[in-house]
Amino acid sequence: MTRRLVFWITLSFGLFMIFQFFIPVFNGAYRKVLDWMQVIYLSSLLVGVIALGLQHLKKVSGQSPGWAYSLVTIIGLLAMPVASIWGTGENSAFFWLFNNLQVPMQSTVFSLLAFFVASAAFRGFRARSLPAFLLLISAAIVMLGRVPIGTKLYFDFPTWAQTLLDVPGVAARRGILIGIGLGSVATSLRVILGIERGFFGRKT
Amino acid sequence: MAAIAYGQPMNTFIWLPAEKVPVFIAFLCVAAALLGVFFLKRRGKSFKIRTLPGALAIEEAIGRATEMGKPVFFTSGTGEIDRMATLAALSVLGEVAYKTAQYGTPLFYPNNDPVVASVAQEVAAEAASKAGHPEAYKPENVFFVTKSQFGYTAHASGLMERIKPAATLYFGTFEGESLILAETGFAQGAIQIAATDSTIQLAFFLVACDYTLIGEELFAAGGSLSGDQEVLSSIVAQDWLKAAVILLLLIGAFLVTFTGFNLASHL
Repeated sequence: MTRRLVFWITLSFGLFMIFQFFIPVFNGAYRKVLDWMQVIYLSSLLVGVIALGLQHLKKVSGQSPGWAYSLVTIIGLLAMPVASIWGTGENSAFFWLFNNLQVPMQSTVFSLLAFFVASAAFRGFRARSLPAFLLLISAAIVMLGRVPIGTKLYFDFPTWAQTLLDVPGVAARRGILIGIGLGSVATSLRVILGIERGFFGRKT
Repeated sequence: MAAIAYGQPMNTFIWLPAEKVPVFIAFLCVAAALLGVFFLKRRGKSFKIRTLPGALAIEEAIGRATEMGKPVFFTSGTGEIDRMATLAALSVLGEVAYKTAQYGTPLFYPNNDPVVASVAQEVAAEAASKAGHPEAYKPENVFFVTKSQFGYTAHASGLMERIKPAATLYFGTFEGESLILAETGFAQGAIQIAATDSTIQLAFFLVACDYTLIGEELFAAGGSLSGDQEVLSSIVAQDWLKAAVILLLLIGAFLVTFTGFNLASHL
């Protein structure tokens, strides 16, 4: 019964979305749907945050392995909304916490990417086969074309690098994008028509 | 047919704005190809698609995790539920959750979006029931973490460090977190399988993962794993359309080279 209901809701809203895209008269109704989506999204966010809090509370109360991390999560989860009670302006505690804790932590994780790029490049650029050798050569040209020392070594490296990016690079990317576009449309139609129903949930 | 601006009086209403006609024609072509394939299938024609090594490797990876007594880690990245890549990832999740429930292997799926997390819980629970082991579904293993991109990345990487998965599956939409996750998984010695519609991240997955499904293979993976004939048929329709697009490209290239006529500007 639930799955049948999900199917009919998916079908009606899917068809509506197709119609509203092509026919402008549905624009008002489309905006209403977007408002509903915000409401549904916020409700699910609340459910998600409560479930997360309860899960970590359980870990802390049961002193299960890694419970200290869960305690930090709970403190973080509570600290921001509590701090926002006293305002979110430039001189507020909320703003201070955001600027001095959240932003540096996010930047730290992002900065790890530089090291991971280096380690992945080291593995990826080993010339074990002809395609890997071609990858190595192209990567070397593109890298040399992007740094001043490349131009000092050979004046035309930047042109070679740009040609590699603009011609074979764009051709491959467009090929993949055409496949992705067709795949997306076909998947959408499968979902709307109820052929792909793996995410419909439990049978009740 | 002139285009109309939204909010214009009804007497200037036009059913189909001119700028949307090419998209509408393309949409009709896709719909016709899909319906044509379904019609042929109903008349008894069976379709086959080429095997996807990446999709086949999923079962091998789950089997390896089972033998090693280690968990399977799944992520759909930072995509929301309205992205087709996320829905395709959830189809794959259904098959992965089915197999892990059958083998009694723990499955971890931290999530970046609360709506996707709710749907994923339903998918995993349904798959475990279908496998005959409803108790294999652990709600605490399929959960929402945070909407913050790098907050999620930090949690997912930390989780991988703690649980040491034998198989890591990255299916969906990824951004800057792709390589951080893939390199953390590599450091754990896991079999890594990735599939994404984010073309920039594909390069990272190609160097860091054992198997990478490229582009539309992500959308075919669920059907390929489940062997669902209707889904497989629709993938055949996709291939027909791709052949048509290639033909169109060749005609366009021929025309612009030898006659100077730019077909693209008329589409």
